[in-house]
Amino acid sequence: MKNEQAKKYGMVIDLDKCTGCGACMVACMAENNVPFKKDETNKLDSITWMRVFQLTNGKSFPETDVCYIPRPCMHCEGEHGHSPCVSVCPATATDYSQQTGIVSQIYTRCFGCRYCMAACPYHARYFNWWDPVWPNGMEKYLNPNVSPRMRGVVEKCSFCFHRYQRAMEKAFLEGRRELEEEEYQTACTQACPAGAIVFGDLNNEKHKIHQIVNPDPAHRGRPKNPKAFRLLERLGTNPKVYYLSSREWVRRAGDNYLPHEGSGKGH
Amino acid sequence: MDDALIPKGVKRCPLPEFLMKLGPVVVVLIWGIVAMFMCWFKGLNQTNMNDSYGFALWIWADLTVIALGGGAFFTGLLRYIIGKDKLKNIINFAVLVGFICYSSALLILAIDIGQPLRGWFIFWHANVHSMLTEVAFCLTCYFGVLTIEYLPLVLENRQVDQVSFFHHLSHNMHEVMPIFAATGAFLSFFHQGSLGGVAGVLFGRPFAFREGILIWPWTFFLFTWSAAAYGPCFTIMLAKITEKITKKKLIKDDVYALLAKISGWMMATYIMAKIIDTWYWAVVTAPSKGQGFMEFYSDNAFYGIWILILEIVVGGVIPAAILITRKGRSTPALLMIAVVLAVIGVSVNRWVMVLQVMAVPVLTFEGWPMYYPSWQEVATTLLPVAYGILLVAFSYRYLPVFPQEAELNPIDLESDETAESVTASETADAKLSPAKA
Repeated sequence: MKNEQAKKYGMVIDLDKCTGCGACMVACMAENNVPFKKDETNKLDSITWMRVFQLTNGKSFPETDVCYIPRPCMHCEGEHGHSPCVSVCPATATDYSQQTGIVSQIYTRCFGCRYCMAACPYHARYFNWWDPVWPNGMEKYLNPNVSPRMRGVVEKCSFCFHRYQRAMEKAFLEGRRELEEEEYQTACTQACPAGAIVFGDLNNEKHKIHQIVNPDPAHRGRPKNPKAFRLLERLGTNPKVYYLSSREWVRRAGDNYLPHEGSGKGH
Repeated sequence: MDDALIPKGVKRCPLPEFLMKLGPVVVVLIWGIVAMFMCWFKGLNQTNMNDSYGFALWIWADLTVIALGGGAFFTGLLRYIIGKDKLKNIINFAVLVGFICYSSALLILAIDIGQPLRGWFIFWHANVHSMLTEVAFCLTCYFGVLTIEYLPLVLENRQVDQVSFFHHLSHNMHEVMPIFAATGAFLSFFHQGSLGGVAGVLFGRPFAFREGILIWPWTFFLFTWSAAAYGPCFTIMLAKITEKITKKKLIKDDVYALLAKISGWMMATYIMAKIIDTWYWAVVTAPSKGQGFMEFYSDNAFYGIWILILEIVVGGVIPAAILITRKGRSTPALLMIAVVLAVIGVSVNRWVMVLQVMAVPVLTFEGWPMYYPSWQEVATTLLPVAYGILLVAFSYRYLPVFPQEAELNPIDLESDETAESVTASETADAKLSPAKA
C-alpha cells in the first residue's frame, strides 16, 4: 500500500433534499445484519446505526419548518486520530484507521464496558442488550460479508467497511491500487431516493464530497462551503460527516450556542 | 461453641445468636447472588440501562465504594509513612473496610461488563490511552496489596496463630508492611485519579470534560484528593456503627479525633479546589463548548441546582467546617453528622460524575433521558453491602480487629460464663496486639 495517499472517507448529507423517508435506515439494517426486537418502540435500546431525527424550528403555523437529520457514526478524527471513543476503549476494540479515516469496531475483542458509548456525544454507538434473533428463514437472507454481533458487545456504523474491503480486493485482482469513486459507496448512500447522501474521499479533489464540502485542512477539515456544517463542531471531535442546509436555523441546530450567541436550537 | 476461635480477652455473643442476627443479611446476599447469576446468564437486558445510560447504578457504586475505601490507603499512609502511630488502633479496621470496598468494586465490574468471560482483554489488549486501562491495572494491583495487608490480621486468629509458620509469617509481614502501605498509596493515587479521569477526559461531554495537566484532567487530582479526604470519614462512620451494634467502645476518642482532624483539613482544602474547579468549568470550559452553566441543571425532571449544593455545601463545606474544629470533632453527635454528610457528599459527587454525565443532552435535538435501576441492579448493588456486613461481622468475631477493645471493655471473669476459659494470666497479655506493627 506504499505510495498510496491516505484516504479520508466521509459523507455529506443534504438536509434540504432529505425527506425523512427512512430508506437509509432500512438499507443500513439489511446491509449490516443489524438485529432488531419484536417491539422496537423503545428507541433507547434499539440498534440503529443510521438514525433519522426530526427537527422543527419551534414556530407555530404557518412558519413551522421541519427538517430531518440522518445520523450515522461521525467517524470522528479528533486530534491525530484520538476520536472520543477510540481514545477511551480500554481493550483497543475500536480503532481509527489512518489509511481510510474509518473508525472500526472489533466485535470479538469488545468486552462490553460501554465506555465508548459514554464518550460519544452523538449516541452513535449501540450495545447488544440481547442476542440477535432472526425471524424464521430470515437468517438465509443475512449478508454473508458482515458478521452478526453477539450479546454484550458494542456496535456502530462502519461506513460499510466490508464494501471497501471487497472493492479493494477486486482492484488488487485487476492490478490497481486505487478505487474509483463509485466503486466504494455505502448502502445508505445508494438507497437514498432523493440523492441526499454523497460519500467519498475527502482528501481526493476529484470526489464529489470534496468539491461540495471543500474541507479546510488548516482548521481540521472545517467546511469552507458556507452551507455546510458538522454536528457539535465546537467540541473538537472533528467528524467526517457533513451536512448541507440553506436554512440558518437548521445549521445552528447542529451545535450548542450560548444565549448571547443567538438562538438556533431545534426542538 | 466457637470459643476457641474468639480472640483472648474479649467477649462475644453465643454463636447461634450471632448467626441468627446475620439471617436477614444472608437473605439479601442470596437475593443479590440470584440477580448476579441472572445478569451473567441472561445478559445485561436484566438491567434498566440503555444506549443513553451505558454507565449507570453499578458504575456509580463502583466509583463510590472505591472513594469510600480510600480510607485504607490514606490511613495506611498516615500510619506507616507519615508516622501517625496512634492510628495503629484503627488501621486494621480501615484495611478491612478497604478490602471489602475493593473486592466489591471488582465484583461489580465483573457483573457490569457485557462479556464477562472476556474481562481479561483489558489487560491483554490494553490501550495505554484509556483511563479505564489504568484503573484496571492499578485497582487489581491495589486489591492484591489490600489482601496482603488484610492477611496478617487473619493469621492472628487465635488458632491460626498457634501454627508456628503462620505466626512467623504474620510477624514478618508486619515488619515489611510500610513497603506495602507505600505501594498502596502509590497505586491508589493513580487508580483513584484515573477514575476521575474516566469522566474528565470525555471531551465529547461538556458536563464532564475538564482541562488539566498533560494527559490528566483536573478530575484526576480531585478524585484522589477526595478519596483521601472522605475515605477516612467512611472508616470512622462504620467504626461508630460497629460500636453501636456491638454496644461497645472499640476505639478511643483521641484516635477518632486525630483521623477526623486530618480528614477535615483534607476535605476543607479539597472542597476549595472543587469550588475553583466548578467555577472555572462553569465560566470557561462549558461555555467554550456552547453550553451555559444552568443548562446542566434545568429542563429536566430530576437534576436541579440542588444537587450541586448538596454535593459541595451540605456534603463538603459543612462536614469540613465541623471536622476542622476541636469542638466539632470531639462532640460525638457532631462528629457523626459530619462523617455521614461527608459520605453523602462524596457519593453525590460520584453520582454526578457518572449518571448526570449520561443524562445531560449534548445534541441540540435530544432531550434528557431519565433512568431508574431494575431490581436486579439494586440487588446486585446491595450484594456487596451484605457481603461487607458479613465480612466485618466474622472479622470482628474471630480476629483482633480492634486493638483497644480488651482495654476499653474489661471482662468481669467471675460473672461471665463465656469467659470461663480465660485465665488471669491470659487476661494479662490479652490486650489485642495492634497488628503487632
